[in-house]
Amino acid sequence: MAKMKNKAIAEIEQGPFPAEVDSQKQALLSIQDLHVWFELRKFGFGHAGFVRAVDGVNLDLAKGEAIAVVGESGCGKSSLMKTILGINRPVKGRVVFDGKDISKMEPKDLKWYRSQVGYIQQDPYGAMPPFMDVTRILSEPMIINSKSTPEERDARIKKVLEEVKVFPIEDFLPKFPHMLSGGQQQRIVIARAMVLEPKLIVADEPVSMLDASVRVEILNLLRNLQEKYNLGVIYITHDLSTVRYFSRRIFVMYAGKIAEQGKVQDLLFNPSHPYTLALLAATSDPDAANARVYKDIPSGEPPSLITPPPGCRFHPRCPKKIACLCEVEVPPDFEINPEHKVACWLFK
Amino acid sequence: MKSFVKNLKELLKYPSAIAGLSMIALLILLSILALNKYPYSEAIKLWRGTEQDWYTSPKFAQPAWTNWFRLNKLSETITVDSSQHPDYISVDEKSDGSSVIKISLPFTFNADSYQTDLAVYFKSTFKDKKPFVAVSLKTPDGRTIRLKNMAIGTTDTYRISQDKALIRKLDGEQPEIALFQDPESNPPQPLKGDYALEIEGVTFEPGSDINAEFIAFGDVSGIAGTDHLRRNLLIPLLWGTPVALLFGLLAAVGTTIISMSIAAVSTWYGGWLDNITQRIVEINMILPFLPILIMVGTFYSRSIGVILGTVIILGIFGSQIKTFRAMFLQTKESPYIEAARAYGASDSRIIFQYMMPRVIPVLIPQFILLIPSYVFLEASLAILGLGDPILPTWGKIIDDAYSNGALYNGWYYWVLEPAFLLMFTGLAFAMVGFALDRIFNPRLRGQ
Amino acid sequence: MAKQDTQLLKIEDLVLHFKVGKTGVVRAVDGVNFNLGFKEAVVVLGESGCGKTSLAKAILRLLPKNIETYSGKVILNGVDTMAMDDETYRKDVRWVKMSMVPQAAMNSLNPVMKVGEQVAEPVVIHNGASKEDALKQARKMFAHVGVPDQFIDRYAFELSGGMRQRSAIAMALVTAPDLIILDEPTSALDVLTQANIFNVLKHIKNEMETSFILITHDIATSSELADKVAVMYAGQIVEVSDAERFFSEPLHPYAKKLMASVPKLRATVEPDFIIGQPPSLLDPPTGCRFAERCPRRFDLCKDEPPVEEKDDRLVKCWLYV
Repeated sequence: MAKMKNKAIAEIEQGPFPAEVDSQKQALLSIQDLHVWFELRKFGFGHAGFVRAVDGVNLDLAKGEAIAVVGESGCGKSSLMKTILGINRPVKGRVVFDGKDISKMEPKDLKWYRSQVGYIQQDPYGAMPPFMDVTRILSEPMIINSKSTPEERDARIKKVLEEVKVFPIEDFLPKFPHMLSGGQQQRIVIARAMVLEPKLIVADEPVSMLDASVRVEILNLLRNLQEKYNLGVIYITHDLSTVRYFSRRIFVMYAGKIAEQGKVQDLLFNPSHPYTLALLAATSDPDAANARVYKDIPSGEPPSLITPPPGCRFHPRCPKKIACLCEVEVPPDFEINPEHKVACWLFK
Repeated sequence: MKSFVKNLKELLKYPSAIAGLSMIALLILLSILALNKYPYSEAIKLWRGTEQDWYTSPKFAQPAWTNWFRLNKLSETITVDSSQHPDYISVDEKSDGSSVIKISLPFTFNADSYQTDLAVYFKSTFKDKKPFVAVSLKTPDGRTIRLKNMAIGTTDTYRISQDKALIRKLDGEQPEIALFQDPESNPPQPLKGDYALEIEGVTFEPGSDINAEFIAFGDVSGIAGTDHLRRNLLIPLLWGTPVALLFGLLAAVGTTIISMSIAAVSTWYGGWLDNITQRIVEINMILPFLPILIMVGTFYSRSIGVILGTVIILGIFGSQIKTFRAMFLQTKESPYIEAARAYGASDSRIIFQYMMPRVIPVLIPQFILLIPSYVFLEASLAILGLGDPILPTWGKIIDDAYSNGALYNGWYYWVLEPAFLLMFTGLAFAMVGFALDRIFNPRLRGQ
Repeated sequence: MAKQDTQLLKIEDLVLHFKVGKTGVVRAVDGVNFNLGFKEAVVVLGESGCGKTSLAKAILRLLPKNIETYSGKVILNGVDTMAMDDETYRKDVRWVKMSMVPQAAMNSLNPVMKVGEQVAEPVVIHNGASKEDALKQARKMFAHVGVPDQFIDRYAFELSGGMRQRSAIAMALVTAPDLIILDEPTSALDVLTQANIFNVLKHIKNEMETSFILITHDIATSSELADKVAVMYAGQIVEVSDAERFFSEPLHPYAKKLMASVPKLRATVEPDFIIGQPPSLLDPPTGCRFAERCPRRFDLCKDEPPVEEKDDRLVKCWLYV
């Protein structure tokens, strides 16, 4: 058992070295050749393989930049996000924040990092303890991370509630989560993410559980906050239609790897990877003509992350597969233009 | 605090809860009364009491209020003590140092049935020569019946009921019956009226004196009756209340809080800790609870502290943990826990401030319902003879009653009184517990 | 049943109010009118809390116990189903002529039954068929919805989300009903799976000539199936329009704002949002229920607006009177 496990780890340790990453560009966050694997246990004691949630991801985020990570469920974006937040430890690769490699640090050494990153979750109600009122919810990060007096905390809470436009502030302080609407709840969650004056915000599907009429409000709020405080934002979503209002670059993720990355305009007007094309084709705009045509998209499901297909992971569903190449060799990143990269053999 | 008041208001909407709460309030009141009336040392002294403390009390007497339900009233205990009433004594000093002391102890006999026992307790002071007394009974219809002549020491007891000579004189009849019968009646009826016990004593030394106390033991005594050692049952009934409540409360609180903490910690850390804890729990669930307590009680110590400790230790790894674990596992997956980890909350903070508050509301009704089971447990142990040897508890009463054949002899009060209190406690907590359950688990509200 | 009417379904003044607490009444469906033709799909668009799920339940008579009012007409193929008693309804209408794919259906599949058996069950119950015949029918449905044959003998937990949702659709299809009501069929699914499911629905609409009522809040995906759009707000239908004209030019101010709030992938317009929140169904305001948030509000709006017909479109707004 242990031998099998060690062998698997040894393999990736020796594997091909990471593509060169421009880590000197004053990147706020630099993710280098990140591999996040989860061990599967048999009957609680034996080893039964790995779930390769993130399998070689390179990503750079400049200070004050907003990027989107787009992908469907099971593509590994949640695991990527949790590793960025410091909850998971990678099995290989580095996560460098502000020049410091956090992926190797012990949890107790990561305390400084907690106040640098804010986290906004998908479920606004679930993200808050139902038995705490707004004041307590917003105070918690401060109580844990800084030595502040109650007065200092109160002042900061008022300031941050003002930022997220929750008025009148006094009315909201004693309320409990179930007394708020979905939009208000999400504002409080955003407020909580901002309360320690972070440099980076990780937003996981922040509006997908909100009503259509409220989504844009919240996205605008996030965008304003990002511009005002020069925050780095990682916006994780599966809804391509919101991406253009909120990000400068997009990373399309599939089965633990980045399929295509580039500026928003590049991806939307010159999508290259067949998976990106499929995603764009599948995203509808409200147009009555849609009802008359069948969408031309690949069938099938995303692959298992335990035994991913060899070569390019999209090849079983790809309409443009090159025989004997795509199913054997893993495609490296090809550059279409300086910021637009595709991991697809079609662009060799 | 606010939520406590809100929940209390919600609770008071249920009539069963109001009834239950008042019953618990009554029990608490009884406990305070017990501790007030009989502070600990005095209670123990009385409970372990000797002849000195209880001699004026009858054995196996029913509670006095049962007479309300009887047409033929049972007799009450009659006591007349000359040392309390100096006017009952007349002393006639003679020139040679001797004195004739006449003591007349008047009493009224009004019951429909006879006294159970008659005794005269003499106390005298002298140097060498014992005083001599002649005891006789004066009946309401003017007869005087001579009972006995005897010499008395410093303390002496004349048990009239066991005087064989007197029995022979009364044609084989028991004195407590024959002496109080109306000779004219056929069939014989008790003769009600004013009686007097006459004692004519002679002392042979100057300064020597005699005091006499006549006790006619009744069939009823006090609010709660008496047991085989003449002890007033009110003491263990009252005193048993705080003992029962405390035992139940401490055991319930101890097991619940510790159980919950163990479940929280092991579920949060998972891995081998969780594994080991679950195996311990499973083994514990197989172990027989009561036999282990019996073993501890028999071989080690019956002190209530030891029993309480053992109960808690066996209880904390009980099946409650599995329920808690299920709840904690669910809470652990909540998004807000993940968010807390992201902003750096420590493990202990998450366990105690983020996970436990979700579980506590479910815990409260469970815990209230647990209290009476521990009360019954303590009583069961006492009935098995493993109760605390010092403390007067409800279970001890039942144990004594059982050993003395209470039901066989018709002394039902001895068993019914503690049983009633046990059921009262159980009912009170159950009603409150079920009402709380409906509040904290709304699905049961009948939606 | 012979097609006696040009319309498959006519809903007239459907009302469903719930009792809540001691005195509260939730007016979930407050006088709904619309029609549905054969082989037609109508989308009921609305946000959370507008009463659309209650509408589905009202049409299919899947009612909870705390009903205050349940009235109106649901005329299916010329027959008013509201007039039937419960037993006749169960035998002849529900899952025979009308069926439903409820919200989160993929999570409500029976975990201890094989998927094929579950899909076959309605046939056994309603058509009295034997298990083998029912399974054959189920297989045909699986082919229609695009679930490979080998999954028929699997259990629900062995299937992915998309497969489970398709199985739920197959279950609604298996008795060849005239109408299927779908409540948020793809809200929990990924975008590619979503598109695949809509391909399936389009296929069924064309091949099996089934009509659909699609209930959703997702405006963009609703255009994939809609022939007709009905917009629901606070328990009432405020606009009914054919899809072509609705998506290009909605009439009701709420519909306009809703359309404007959809972020479009292929356009460059900055999306809008609506301030405030929808009113509670417990105590809806008098007069026009959208007046509070409406940018075109004027003095007539304090009274409840009538439903006006304008070029074959229905709109409930004073601006069009």
